[in-house]
Amino acid sequence: MLLPAVVLFTIFITFPAVVGMFYSFTNYAGYGTWDFIGLVNYRAIFSDPRILGAYTFTIGFSLVTVLLVNAIALALAIALNAKIKLKAGLRSVFFLPMVISGIVIAYVFSYLFNTTIPLLAQSIGIEALSTSILANESLAWLGVVLVTTWQAVPGAMIIYLAGLLAIPDDIYEAASVDGAGAWRQFRSITLPLMAGYVVINTILGFKGFLNAYDIIVGLTNGGPGTSTFSIAMTIFTGFTSGDYAYQMANAVLFFIITVVLSLVQLQVIKRRGVTL
Amino acid sequence: MTAQTSTPQIPPVARDTAKKWWRRGGNDLDDTKYNWTLTIVLIVLSLAVLVPLYFTVTMALKTSAQAGTGTGLALPSPLTLSNFAEAWELTNFGRAALISAAISAVTVGGLILLASMAAFAIAQNWDRKLFRYSYFYLLAAMFIPFPVIALPQIKFMSIVGLSNPVGVAILHLLFGLSFNILLYSAFLRSVPTELMESAQIDGARTMQLFWRVVFPLLAPMNATVAIFAFLQSWNDFMMPSLIIANPQWQTIPVVQALFQSQFSANYNISFASYLMAMAPTVVAYLFAQRWVMSGVTQGAIKG
Repeated sequence: MLLPAVVLFTIFITFPAVVGMFYSFTNYAGYGTWDFIGLVNYRAIFSDPRILGAYTFTIGFSLVTVLLVNAIALALAIALNAKIKLKAGLRSVFFLPMVISGIVIAYVFSYLFNTTIPLLAQSIGIEALSTSILANESLAWLGVVLVTTWQAVPGAMIIYLAGLLAIPDDIYEAASVDGAGAWRQFRSITLPLMAGYVVINTILGFKGFLNAYDIIVGLTNGGPGTSTFSIAMTIFTGFTSGDYAYQMANAVLFFIITVVLSLVQLQVIKRRGVTL
Repeated sequence: MTAQTSTPQIPPVARDTAKKWWRRGGNDLDDTKYNWTLTIVLIVLSLAVLVPLYFTVTMALKTSAQAGTGTGLALPSPLTLSNFAEAWELTNFGRAALISAAISAVTVGGLILLASMAAFAIAQNWDRKLFRYSYFYLLAAMFIPFPVIALPQIKFMSIVGLSNPVGVAILHLLFGLSFNILLYSAFLRSVPTELMESAQIDGARTMQLFWRVVFPLLAPMNATVAIFAFLQSWNDFMMPSLIIANPQWQTIPVVQALFQSQFSANYNISFASYLMAMAPTVVAYLFAQRWVMSGVTQGAIKG
């Protein structure tokens, strides 16, 4: 019963992965003949401003987004777990972004960024927002962060809510009997007990954001210039630009970075004693 | 935050009488008042979710003349429904929806079947090296994001004639496999072994044991796995856009991108199309949301 999974997996994932890695040591253009060129592709990557730019953007964007998503998701989860009116309705609303396609929501937001916000800013007289931030080379990444956060918060929030539900109420009751205020309870009970979930959300989030593609395509398509070009987008140029082997080397490098980051984070999990 | 936590000293009787009619249906048992400030803050914050959706809905109902001017904040006047018909025809929405649905169905069905069977086989044979190694082999894929193997994979798919929705379904299934085998395995480990052993003593063969005992046990898990697999598969843009060669066989999210240039400045038509693209998952979510939460919390309590 294990066989179908292993066989399909080997054919469709392992095999292409091995073939691709092999080509990263050649000068294969995606068609025609090829020769071994050793590590030339790998060395070239480190002096390629387009690829280095993509790594800087993607990693920076991922860091900021992970922080934002976790802060917002944890706060919302705590709030939605408190004694509030309309609890079910509010939860439903805050979960909604999770179910909407990234590219579709990016198109909606690009209208907001390009039309609504500049027009509103002009009428109120806020100079800084009177032009679209997506057209500004040094601000466009913020738009990507915002829309990605908008979509990623619910997923992290579900995990936090699940964690909060597993904390028994008596702990809080005991703490409040002892005179601990809301902030103190958060610092001394909620945060330490949620630490494992923070790590899980950081790993899952980081992994997802490093592969950012859909939202960027819909929002900026890598622009203006190449200021929001992600790693995934550079790799995919390997189809059309005849540098298949070179982008494959880029992909292998990206894979190594992903694995190293995941292993480091898993190590943190282990030390925390959390099981997935 | 359970900030204003209660007066735990109240005896149970007093607690019961303190229960007002308006508290009925609340799932909290302790006796605190509702936190109205927090409720209002959350309602205000929910605008961050609702405002983009407000734009989507109202824009889809506007005429071209109104959609092309202003901030888009205004309510539609006059109201028109013709945008939907036009967007439907332009993007050939019916066909795209059928293809998206077929891909999601194969992904969800295949994933539940393959992942639960694999997890069962692994759990049954955990003491055998081959099965343990297979488990780690399958889990390793969690470290392989699609972009890493996209180039050779897409080439491979076109060589074997799978540059089509079938190929996308296979890949959606396989990329979801690792995580879900992990999920099912964790669940199966919490199932008492006596249950399986007694079934085996009764003469159930492995296949019967799986279908009669294990698979029904997994039902609540299956619901959660299905919902998330469906969402991921239905909303994915990256894989279908790269793998499906013929634009006529594209899925709903990709179709939105393909028609960007033809929508051009007709925001009313493009937003009608976006709204139709969002509708199936939003509706499905509103029906299925209780399983989303219950599945996740079950996992948390077990873990």
